[in-house]
Amino acid sequence: MTDLLQLTFSGIATGSIYALAALGFTLLWQASGTINFAQGEFVMLPAFAMLFFAAQGAPLPVAFVLTIAVAVAVLGWAFKRGVVDPLFRHGMMAIVVATIGLSIAMRNGVRIYSADAHPFPSLFADKLLRVGGVTVSLADAGTLAFALVLVVATQAFLARTLTGRAMQAVAQNTESAAVLGINVPLMILYTFAINAVLACAAALLVTPVYFGKFDMGESLGTKAFFAAVIGGFNNSRGALLGGVIVGIGENLAAAYISPAYKDAVALALFMVVILFKPQGLLGRKEERKV
Amino acid sequence: MRTPLALAAGLAAAAALVALPHFLGRSGVYLLSYWVVFVVATMGLNLTVGYAGQKSLGHAAFFGIGAYTVAILMKAGLSFWLGLPLAALLCFASGIVVGFPALRVQAIYLAFATLGFNTAAWLFMRNEEWLTGGTFGIKDIARPSLFGVSFDGHRAYYYLCLAVAAILAALLYGLLRSPWGKAFTALRDNPIRAESLGVDVRGYTLLAFAIGAAYAGVAGALFAPLLEFIDPAPFSVGASIMMYLMVVVGGPGYFFGPMLGAAVGVVLPEWLRFAQDWYLFVFGAAVVLLMIWLPDGLLSIPGRLRARREARAASAARAAAAARLDGGGR
Repeated sequence: MTDLLQLTFSGIATGSIYALAALGFTLLWQASGTINFAQGEFVMLPAFAMLFFAAQGAPLPVAFVLTIAVAVAVLGWAFKRGVVDPLFRHGMMAIVVATIGLSIAMRNGVRIYSADAHPFPSLFADKLLRVGGVTVSLADAGTLAFALVLVVATQAFLARTLTGRAMQAVAQNTESAAVLGINVPLMILYTFAINAVLACAAALLVTPVYFGKFDMGESLGTKAFFAAVIGGFNNSRGALLGGVIVGIGENLAAAYISPAYKDAVALALFMVVILFKPQGLLGRKEERKV
Repeated sequence: MRTPLALAAGLAAAAALVALPHFLGRSGVYLLSYWVVFVVATMGLNLTVGYAGQKSLGHAAFFGIGAYTVAILMKAGLSFWLGLPLAALLCFASGIVVGFPALRVQAIYLAFATLGFNTAAWLFMRNEEWLTGGTFGIKDIARPSLFGVSFDGHRAYYYLCLAVAAILAALLYGLLRSPWGKAFTALRDNPIRAESLGVDVRGYTLLAFAIGAAYAGVAGALFAPLLEFIDPAPFSVGASIMMYLMVVVGGPGYFFGPMLGAAVGVVLPEWLRFAQDWYLFVFGAAVVLLMIWLPDGLLSIPGRLRARREARAASAARAAAAARLDGGGR
């Protein structure tokens, strides 16, 4: 029983990292219909940026802030202007193929820079907490708390601020939003910026565990997509739920079924969801935009 | 005027493919065979993706199923000539199974569902050592012989691959010109309209997957004896994505797209081996640029040029007509 609880908890912590990547995924999809196949690489690149700044002598918080600035410029603005905008008229699959190309280019570009796995300083001390007989590592608890704060903050920003509500309006109906005087391109740009910031945060949390390596984003991007679909593609809360479900499922399957098939868990859940509830657990049915 | 020219070009290309091995060394012929195998696989994917419009990112799984089927059956003492059709049949059946999600979900969901299928197949190949040898793979896969003619030599095996590819290309060409081919493109261009015109959308969707998968199965069956050794590595999700990119780069829905795409995806990296890391970096960036400028692939260039020329001629004619009218009005 203790084992089960411990596995579940560390699964939730891992899942909350998937949720961060998945949240950016759903936001991009809602605002601009962009499916970003390079989402995993969007986490990998900030990890290397932070390592670079840290190697220049910057303390971790400074490196993090600098990385956010760079990421917003490169993974937010430049990605939107350079890749998504020109491709928009060719439809979704063109963007998918282009982001596949982008992920290959980013992964191999970083491999040229360095093919090694780089250790990354953890945000949290290497300590174990005992909560009612269950041992929980401080890193897991901290990761979960940090990710939760970010997801809730994003939610609050979208639901409570004027800008956030304008962004939601754009996501729901671009034309009506434009009629209401909302600056649609700016709102979409904000979405890309938020995606970049979330990717930086995910990098900060995931890299201490998996090390900074050029191929670290490979499975992360796919899992983020699976998590987003399981939770509900058109619902930001769904990303969190989906991420946590995938995280727990993987941990339990690795312990009780077979570690060799751990990576198939997200896939199995995804298949069940798209066959029986294609709009996702929290998603609502939507009429497809033509 | 176009048809004789195209025919001559086709004959020249065929002659080149037959003659080329005699000017190449062992590794050159091997690479050429490798290319032919990938042409067979991507021809199938081109049918699924390019003609029928079903976004499949799991093609390497079928490729692997074909390769393992032949390897395992040959290790069990069966003939290659029994293994090849069985591989195609097994892949045809798995293609139907994988096609079922396509009836429920489309586009990106389908892409990820097939990608997931590929992950599952790859995990199976890697983990089930009793059947597939796991990461150690299956060694010493013999090359076949037929009626006393051995295909053991690298040139002989190349000609076998080329013959199979030629037969499959001819079959595909016939299929595409038949009413079935029209039904596939109707499915891609407007499924709702196709259905209202009486096209059996369910059946054709499954068929597009199944035939594409069978092509990959045959390619896999040729692939295993070519390498004489297989392990799970060439059948990963990355390989599927690469095959998809080969189709897209060459030109989805163009008959010769896979030939060009497979050359870009297989032959070019081998030539540029000295710069392998850089190759993939440049390749990825090139795919992005290609999508921006030529979303229909390299083979859409001639059509685009023609369209531009015609547009220019038309606008010149309009200008001339307008000038004449102006002159007449004065």
